[in-house]
Amino acid sequence: METGSAPEKRIKVAIIGSGNIGSDLMYKLLKQPGHMELVLLAGIVPASDGLTRARSLGITASAEGIKAVLENPEIKIVFDATSAKAHVRHAKALREAGRIAIDLTPAARGPYVIPPANLGALLDQENVNMVTCGGQATVPIVHAASRVTPLQYAEMVSTIASLSAGPGTRQNIDEFTETTAKAMEVIGKAQQGKAIIILNPADPPILMRNTVYLVPQGEFDEQAVSDSIQRMEAEVQEYVPGYHLKNPPVFDIRVTPWGKKPVITALLEVEGAGDYLPKYAGNLDIMTAAARRVGEVVAQRLLAREQEAVA
Amino acid sequence: MSDATTLKAPRVTDSSLRDGSHPMRHQFTREQVRAIAQALDEAGVSVIEVTHGDGLAGSSIQYGFSATSEMDLISEARSVCRQAKIAALLLPGIGTVRELKEAVERGIQVVRIATQCTEADIAEEHFEIAKKFGMEAVGFLMMAHMRPPAVLAEQAKLMQSYGADCVYIVDSAGAMLPRDAFASVKELKEVLTIQVGFHAHNNLGLAMGNSLAALEAGADQLDGCLRGLGAGAGNAPTELLAATLEKLGCNPGLDVFKLMDAAEFIIAPIMPFQPIPNRDAIALGYAGVYSTFLLHAQHAGERYNIDPRDILVELGQRKAVAGQEDWILDVALDLARQREQRESVR
Repeated sequence: METGSAPEKRIKVAIIGSGNIGSDLMYKLLKQPGHMELVLLAGIVPASDGLTRARSLGITASAEGIKAVLENPEIKIVFDATSAKAHVRHAKALREAGRIAIDLTPAARGPYVIPPANLGALLDQENVNMVTCGGQATVPIVHAASRVTPLQYAEMVSTIASLSAGPGTRQNIDEFTETTAKAMEVIGKAQQGKAIIILNPADPPILMRNTVYLVPQGEFDEQAVSDSIQRMEAEVQEYVPGYHLKNPPVFDIRVTPWGKKPVITALLEVEGAGDYLPKYAGNLDIMTAAARRVGEVVAQRLLAREQEAVA
Repeated sequence: MSDATTLKAPRVTDSSLRDGSHPMRHQFTREQVRAIAQALDEAGVSVIEVTHGDGLAGSSIQYGFSATSEMDLISEARSVCRQAKIAALLLPGIGTVRELKEAVERGIQVVRIATQCTEADIAEEHFEIAKKFGMEAVGFLMMAHMRPPAVLAEQAKLMQSYGADCVYIVDSAGAMLPRDAFASVKELKEVLTIQVGFHAHNNLGLAMGNSLAALEAGADQLDGCLRGLGAGAGNAPTELLAATLEKLGCNPGLDVFKLMDAAEFIIAPIMPFQPIPNRDAIALGYAGVYSTFLLHAQHAGERYNIDPRDILVELGQRKAVAGQEDWILDVALDLARQREQRESVR
């Protein structure tokens, strides 16, 4: 989906939020702009590190928040890395101004997007939500299995380094489990989803780890499921290079509420790219990498539409 | 050590129906819960904890599914208790406010909110909502052996600021020595204005010794399980705590003989095995890993033909924390791979 050669035309994009996520995304957009041109980083704290850093990298920075974005009509795509509360306000303003919002907060004003599962179907949405870091890591695996065999149940366990869990995650930990479980059902197509998150304070910090357990509804072809999951690993690696299965999927018989059933277990590790945040923070990396991916595909779509209009 | 006559009678919470859920593989029935709760209530136990072993919503592939819904088990226990309060355990990250609300509707009066001993701030919302529901809220600092008393005290202060009525030092790995139990409880007693508790595991054979050391340091609350029915080598046996507290002159009103009978005639016949500090359980305390890893490590050891102790020691080296059962399979696969590589070199 992405080509190496420099495109002739790019879509102008902005980031709102100058914290860890916004800064990491900025580095990703500078390193790999694709069909996007980052023209603005907007925060609300004038002397913040994030805004200073942006300026030193030659990016226009503003402490005027959403206002600065709305004042520049050339900006077509806006990444929101603020908070759920702020995004509710931003979503409305951006929609009214006809801008496309890619929401990295838990606000979920628009549909959930997990790039390899449903991005293609959401290209004309005005607002999409990036779910959670755990959702970005595990829903692709749930989707990979459910495209081969119907799933009764999917469960995920995310373990992240304490240092990579910011105040937003800590104050709303229920939101993580509820949103992730819901995405496993809505996008992963499991009848029932369950999510667990664990913070591990080990020093040196651990890489983000995820375990996915899947219970198919009926008989299934182990090889087909295993192949599909391993294909998905490669699909995610296209935009999150540090994403990998620690082992081929394991098949086991377990006692479940549906009787003794085969359970598929996939063990995943996510090493961050280390663009701005440290490599152990794979949970933050996968969010910004997935958001960049969504932005890139949407930008290509907008450019294609412009061309059609010209022709 | 203070004089025995100065010891204050601790409140004893029985966790047979929560920590005991681990050796029972989460298969408690309604009848068993009624019989056990009733016996504890009649023996004067003032708090009875009833939940899946890993707390509300712990029923999962990761930890094992409950045979009967924990909410129904809470209702059963509630229905037979005349004086005892029913408690539920909640681990933020596993259970949520939604399950807490349902447990409150089913009749709990106490919620014990547990986090890894460095992560108290993930529980702020849960404490606040528990207090809003009118619950007594008890904080649990799990895997307390991993941090020194000063760090535990800082985390306990956070829980106090969120509204906790008591904070427990929880030796989830059964890895603490009596001097550790004493020092950590003493530190909390010095910095907190609320009560302090201690939850022991017997992996090094020190559940009773550590509980008594905690009492000497001023602990206001202690935990037990009948016959020690709990994760790993089990907990301090409630009947043994009662007998010992009686001899120390600080029995909080427990009927020693009734508890001995409950352990002997209700718990012992239904136990799948007697938790004791045997080979693998000692390894938990020795390696400093979560007691509930025991059965999962034995299962993985059998499947991949690895000594479960090697799995547990490796988990300790990787600094696995409470709830990380999924790392057991990961470690077993790594150890099996290493063995294959060694064998192919030969």
